[in-house]
Amino acid sequence: MSEPVKSPSRHLQAALADAIIAAYIAFALFCLTLGVKTVDSPRGLMLLPRPMLLAVAVGSVFLGRFVLNLLWWNRSFRLPRLPWRPAWPIPAVGRYGTQYGGMLLLAAAVLFPIIAFTLNKTLHLGLPLRYLFDLSILVLTYVMLGFGLNIVVGLAGLLDLGYVAFYAVGSYTFALLATHFGFGFWMCLPLAGLLAALWGVVLGFPVLRLRGDYLAIVTLAFGEIVRIVLLNWTAVTNGPNGISDIPKPTFFGLPFSATGTQTFASFFGLRYDPLHAIIFLYYVILGLALITSLVTLRLRRLPIGRAWEAMREDEIACRSLGINTTVAKLTAFATGALFGGFAGSFFATRQGFISPESFTFMESAIILAIVVLGGMGSQIGVVLAAMVMIGGFELLRNMEWLQVVFGQDFDPSQYRVLLFGIAMVGIMLWRPRGIISSREPSILLNDRSAVGGRLAKEGRA
Amino acid sequence: MAYFLQQLINGIALGSIYGLIAIGYTMVYGIVGMINFAHGDIFMVGAFIALIAFLLVLSLGVTLVPLALVLVLIIAMALTAVWGWTVERIAYRPLRESFRLAPLITAIGMSIVLQNFIQVAQGARVKPLQPVVTGGYQVFAENGFVVNLSNIQILIVVTTVVLMGVFWLLISRTALGRAQRACEQDRLMAALCGVNVDRTISLTFVMGAALAAVAGLLYLLYYGVIDFYIGFVAGIKAFTAAVFGGIGSLPGAMLGGLVIGLIETFWSAYFTIEYKDVAAFSMLAIVLIFFPSGLLGRPEVEKV
Repeated sequence: MSEPVKSPSRHLQAALADAIIAAYIAFALFCLTLGVKTVDSPRGLMLLPRPMLLAVAVGSVFLGRFVLNLLWWNRSFRLPRLPWRPAWPIPAVGRYGTQYGGMLLLAAAVLFPIIAFTLNKTLHLGLPLRYLFDLSILVLTYVMLGFGLNIVVGLAGLLDLGYVAFYAVGSYTFALLATHFGFGFWMCLPLAGLLAALWGVVLGFPVLRLRGDYLAIVTLAFGEIVRIVLLNWTAVTNGPNGISDIPKPTFFGLPFSATGTQTFASFFGLRYDPLHAIIFLYYVILGLALITSLVTLRLRRLPIGRAWEAMREDEIACRSLGINTTVAKLTAFATGALFGGFAGSFFATRQGFISPESFTFMESAIILAIVVLGGMGSQIGVVLAAMVMIGGFELLRNMEWLQVVFGQDFDPSQYRVLLFGIAMVGIMLWRPRGIISSREPSILLNDRSAVGGRLAKEGRA
Repeated sequence: MAYFLQQLINGIALGSIYGLIAIGYTMVYGIVGMINFAHGDIFMVGAFIALIAFLLVLSLGVTLVPLALVLVLIIAMALTAVWGWTVERIAYRPLRESFRLAPLITAIGMSIVLQNFIQVAQGARVKPLQPVVTGGYQVFAENGFVVNLSNIQILIVVTTVVLMGVFWLLISRTALGRAQRACEQDRLMAALCGVNVDRTISLTFVMGAALAAVAGLLYLLYYGVIDFYIGFVAGIKAFTAAVFGGIGSLPGAMLGGLVIGLIETFWSAYFTIEYKDVAAFSMLAIVLIFFPSGLLGRPEVEKV
């Protein structure tokens, strides 16, 4: 845009006019949806006008737009320069930065429960440990799901909106095997993963020819089909009531219970503490997430991983170079589904209860948001995005103090999903490549002229 | 036979509503090449605006039903069109030159935002409306089974046919329609020839949203109950309809809508009602796999 530099008064005028237009639009948007509330009454629906709320909404749009016009989008006015420049974007930290950052995160994740547990015991800090561990387990579950989906979306570039289907298959596999046949967690874990991977191939076959948006919609449809079947096939899945009494995992055969002859506590001569089981679950999911991450990192360097990344960059070029895209797509689906199945199995054992309610499209959207907002293909991005997203959800749950501002019947948790959606749109607009973007293929030919017979013979070009 | 005829009538009425929503998908896909994932939720917002406008019109003392319906139709189309415009302006336009999946992801975000905005603003409970258009005709009777053709079903089909005709004329005969078709073929070339591409795309979203509002009003009148979640499933089905008819083709969207409506109705009538969505979703997969260009669409030629 090469507008002539406006005089300050002209600029003020323009900003004002623009803000007034925005206010009109906001009024049109909100006059019926927000300005009037439908309430149930004995004589059918009644309307309850809310002029104050409407005025606040329109007024804040007006003010926001006005201020943005004057400050942000005005090139003649500059905010005072900060004495230091924020180190953003994060990739500016460099390859070593993310590497060491990852190491630090990993160390923190490994040591966190032990340190928190012992400090709390010895110093009597009274931390809400149970809550902290539960939250960390939840975050790690999403990290693992994010890693799994990252293989499909981030590496292979196949947009999968039905990832939750594999999560559901894993969960139900374990739940059914455990409750009907008495199988343990460790035996079911590989079975659940393999079955989910099988489903990945089964669902992958029909969509081989689809790309981009079409693929996304069909995978979404598959996800919904799986959920509807789980909901209605009552003979096997118990329908909407779900499956309860799913057993907890044991520590090499030692159960975490207060009573009994051979328990974890008695074997190691410890006093029974219900936190032991939770810490164990924490390490299980941490281990699973790490395995997923390691496998992904190694796969990226194998021919199949390079084929995925090549397919993501350009499918036609990839095919014309003789890469079998059918195999590449199916393995991507299967690998992603395998880890989804592991995570589902863990989810079932942690919750002890599963129902189709846990496997809605919203779940797929959250996992996808974690992958995309973290930066597709980036491992540490997934971890950070999962922490921010799930942690943010939890923060909103604990915002009772806002009731002081907005009145007694204000419930912040009902805005969780709304804010999630706004964040998803906002981050995408602000940084379409994700918070930490690392989309470049793992292996690049830096020296273009070197693509010669020597490399081709070695199978590297 | 009588049962079959009744299901046929029900299916056509339902299919008309899907067709109206499908037009929004097909027009947007034709012109921008993206799936407007939030379109189903625009339909839902349209249904809510129609409900509130209807109650408002009634409370203002308009008791003549046809007049009230026309007023509601105008209000709902206008206000929902603003929603459609805003969604495009905020979530899609800034990402038009970005990588392909970016607008799809903001579209999913927008869909979540719209759903939860309505949930927060209007409550999560289902919203009932007393029957407005009542009565009907008995078309045919056989062995004590009477086939009914209700007035609301007639209203749905007539409205749909009229709107289809108007839109077809709009696309094929007016300057705006020419601009739309030009943008569909080559956006850059259209811009070089003096077509205001941004405005044309915005108007496409506005038109799609207005039609979705009509569908929302008809849905509200037909079923008499709406909630904030109706947009998701209806959206996927309408998208299936658009793909089935051949994405980018206006008559195709209508045809696809009818087919999906009929499949769903007959599946519910003759098989199990629980799996009617499975039938529709499987249809989507089957169509995309075996006829990717749909019934009336042009095959997509891939250029390198």
